[in-house]
Amino acid sequence: MLTLPCRLLTLAFLALLACLGSGAAAFAQAGDPAQIVQKFGGKTSFEATEATVKELAATGDPAVARALNALAEGQLYYRKSDNRVFIASGGGDPLTLLDPLSGDPAGEEPSGNLAKVKIKNSIRRTVSDALGSLTLASPDPAKRLAAANTLFAGATPEQIETLDAAIAGEQLPDIRARLEQARAAAVLKSDRPEAEKLAAIELLGSRGDREALVVLTAASAGSAEAAVKAAAAKAAGAIEETIAFWAYAQNVWYGLSLGSVLLLAAIGLAITFGVMGVINMAHGEMVMLGAYTTFAVQETIRAEAPSLFAWSLAIALPLAFLVSAFVGLVIERGIIRFLYGRPLETLLATFGVSLILQQGVRTIFGPTNRQVGNPDWMSGAFEVGLMSVTWNRLWIIVFALIVFAALLLVLGRTSLGLQMRAVTQNRRMASAMGIRTPWIDAMTFALGSGIAGVAGVALSQIDNVSPNLGQGYIIDSFMVVVFGGVGNLWGTLVGAMSLGILNKFLEPFAGAVLGKIVVLVLLILFIQKRPRGLFAQKGRFVEA
Amino acid sequence: MMLGRLLGPRVWLLVAALLAAAILVPMANLWLPADSPLHVPSYMVPLFGKYLCYALLALALDLVWGFVGILSLGHGAFFALGGYAMGMYLMRQIGSRGVYGNPVLPDFMVFLNWDRLPWFWHGFDQFWFAALMVVLVPGLLAFVFGYFAFRSRVTGVYLSIITQAMTYALLLAFFRNDMGFGGNNGLTDFKELLGFSIASQGTRAGLFAATCIALALGVLLVGGVTRSKLGKLMIAVRDAESRTRFLGWRAEHVKLFAFTVSAVMAGIAGALYVPQVGIINPGEFAPVNSIEVVVWAAVGGRGTILGPVLGALLVNAGKSYFTVAAPEFWLFVLGGLFVVVTLFLPRGIVGTIDHGWNALRDRRRSLSAEDGTGAPPQLPPQSPAADRTSMPDGALPSPAE
Repeated sequence: MLTLPCRLLTLAFLALLACLGSGAAAFAQAGDPAQIVQKFGGKTSFEATEATVKELAATGDPAVARALNALAEGQLYYRKSDNRVFIASGGGDPLTLLDPLSGDPAGEEPSGNLAKVKIKNSIRRTVSDALGSLTLASPDPAKRLAAANTLFAGATPEQIETLDAAIAGEQLPDIRARLEQARAAAVLKSDRPEAEKLAAIELLGSRGDREALVVLTAASAGSAEAAVKAAAAKAAGAIEETIAFWAYAQNVWYGLSLGSVLLLAAIGLAITFGVMGVINMAHGEMVMLGAYTTFAVQETIRAEAPSLFAWSLAIALPLAFLVSAFVGLVIERGIIRFLYGRPLETLLATFGVSLILQQGVRTIFGPTNRQVGNPDWMSGAFEVGLMSVTWNRLWIIVFALIVFAALLLVLGRTSLGLQMRAVTQNRRMASAMGIRTPWIDAMTFALGSGIAGVAGVALSQIDNVSPNLGQGYIIDSFMVVVFGGVGNLWGTLVGAMSLGILNKFLEPFAGAVLGKIVVLVLLILFIQKRPRGLFAQKGRFVEA
Repeated sequence: MMLGRLLGPRVWLLVAALLAAAILVPMANLWLPADSPLHVPSYMVPLFGKYLCYALLALALDLVWGFVGILSLGHGAFFALGGYAMGMYLMRQIGSRGVYGNPVLPDFMVFLNWDRLPWFWHGFDQFWFAALMVVLVPGLLAFVFGYFAFRSRVTGVYLSIITQAMTYALLLAFFRNDMGFGGNNGLTDFKELLGFSIASQGTRAGLFAATCIALALGVLLVGGVTRSKLGKLMIAVRDAESRTRFLGWRAEHVKLFAFTVSAVMAGIAGALYVPQVGIINPGEFAPVNSIEVVVWAAVGGRGTILGPVLGALLVNAGKSYFTVAAPEFWLFVLGGLFVVVTLFLPRGIVGTIDHGWNALRDRRRSLSAEDGTGAPPQLPPQSPAADRTSMPDGALPSPAE
């Protein structure tokens, strides 16, 4: 807190500085950077530092970039004895000193004799703007592009000449386009003729993204000429429409992504609940076991063969399937087969199993979240138009569809699938044809559980791997299966995707939690209306 | 006395035991010296009061699950709603003694910068209004929910899953700060109830007695309803819903009645629970809590009146013991209970004892009838076909049949 006299002093100083600063900037056009950079030395105010930064930038000498970078990174020091400015590198004591412009070694100094040139965030911004115009001349295209982008955001009318020069010298079309856009942004803020401004608006309108929208909105609000105002507003409107379209597309994408997660979690349930009619409340724990298998596999790989890490998920997939399928088999043989025909008891017993599995995992792996790594090919993101697509989400959608297709294939094209369908449709007849129905029951349940384990491998990539992982999915999964229609895999697909998209479209209006509540309430109402789901089974096999 | 014969000696015994506890436990706690062997320690009173609230909740669930066959996985929601209604009254009673000293707004609202009371908080400064809401809110929710669910004949597991979704949706809703119910932290820091300090020993003893009386009334109500003609109808709906419907009864009305009454009982249990534990938060809506209630009823014996009360007391005493002695084992025990009870004790403790006792009595009677010494049995001994859980000719049960 500044006291009043102190504040008055600061004000007076500021006024003085403003006069000095404008004079100095005019003078410094031809100034020597080596002299200007010394102005950082001694105890100065933030305002003085900022003025010096601007002065340095105005010299247009690429060499000052070194000093400015050092300033931004807090490596610019001055010697207390003679106020000379140096770059100090290395963390040791004494510090190695470098010349601020040439970067040549300039001896050593104990850190006690040096003081850091203090900066704050607004100065950092000034520095990065200044660096933006300086690095336009850099030989590295990536740096030039970055500079052009920085300039676009903070373009000022004074930079038009610099930009013109850069555009003339630029060979690469991409960077050239960016520079021209930056120039257009600068033109809009200047007092150039109307025709030039209209051309600039057209150029910005064709860029059509959020940054361009910001510049155009500012132009339409701040410009005096009616024609420019109208043109800017129109271009801004057009960009808003494009952005709205992409936001829509992004929502659909998020929805599909959530839908694929729901599909993965629910598809195993579609087998055990949908085909067999068994309520398995421990289904979520099968997903959790899959996720923990992934964790265990990654830990082993990290310890034994780090080079295989990229393959960890591929190795974890079959293992997770086997682990969950085996646990499912044990549950079916040990508990569920005694409870067939008593769905409510099955529900309770499997809920007990889920508690035991949760506590078991908690005892073995601990109650905290475990870290499951993303292999390289699953991390990162790329842009499509104005929407960003992360690789792991994309892979999960692809993976969910593959699992779905594989399951359809197993049920429709293998003898096991044929027997499963036969047993579901007419148990006595199937038994009379020589099918071992208890064995088929066990295999069906193991298949559904194994699929849940596979889902756990995928979900470990986007969710916290903790003993409670499964609980979060169980209600959603049941909702998906019931919504899609029991006993119908395609219904599960459609149900998962439509619930996912509905959820994501409600979120902007209602918030994430309220959106979820609305979906739950809508689902409850839906079940009242169509108790057998979206795609109800028809015909003689529907249970009475 | 008609009612006495109707309810049977066991129900009267339970009611008498509860009323005796309502009088004796507070006396033993308040007036006996601390070194007397009959003295009830102060920590025991609210603890057992809590168990009795759970027992009332389990009894409420038993009314719909044991007698009408509706497995509700959302009874915790009614319990919590009743608790919140009571909590809101207790919050308003804090008055200007809160941390921020606002005479009208509860602390969390001051903290969230709210400048006035939301509309649904009005009236909760009156006890009669809060008491009305304790009954009305869960009852109304159950009525509306049940009306739609039973009318469209959502039955069995589907109903269980949507009741679970209901409590899950309420859980998410009550976690939100802008719902106006204290968000994550819920309602707590209560000071007094009807002018009595909530922390004082006398109030706690009084609450214990009130809980005993409420449970006794609940037992009488469930006993009366289930032994009446309506109760016969309820059991008919449970055992053969379609047949009952074909005989001309409106099964959905029976279900709706039971569901609403049960929700009201659960709400009252919640309202008695909150002042004894001193807090209500959205965690009470967690689906797991509701399922735990099911296991209390199942352990004690569903379809009996003594069963759920006994089950709630036993399981919760076990929980209290294990969470202190071996916290990591409690979930194993609870999970194991679910499995063991469904596999080996489908009737629960009370049901199994009853069943065994009846079988023994019938066998004795038939033996004495063979000797020619006693009167012939009124019923034939339990035949295997009458037993719903064992299949004829030893065939294993199969799914989807």
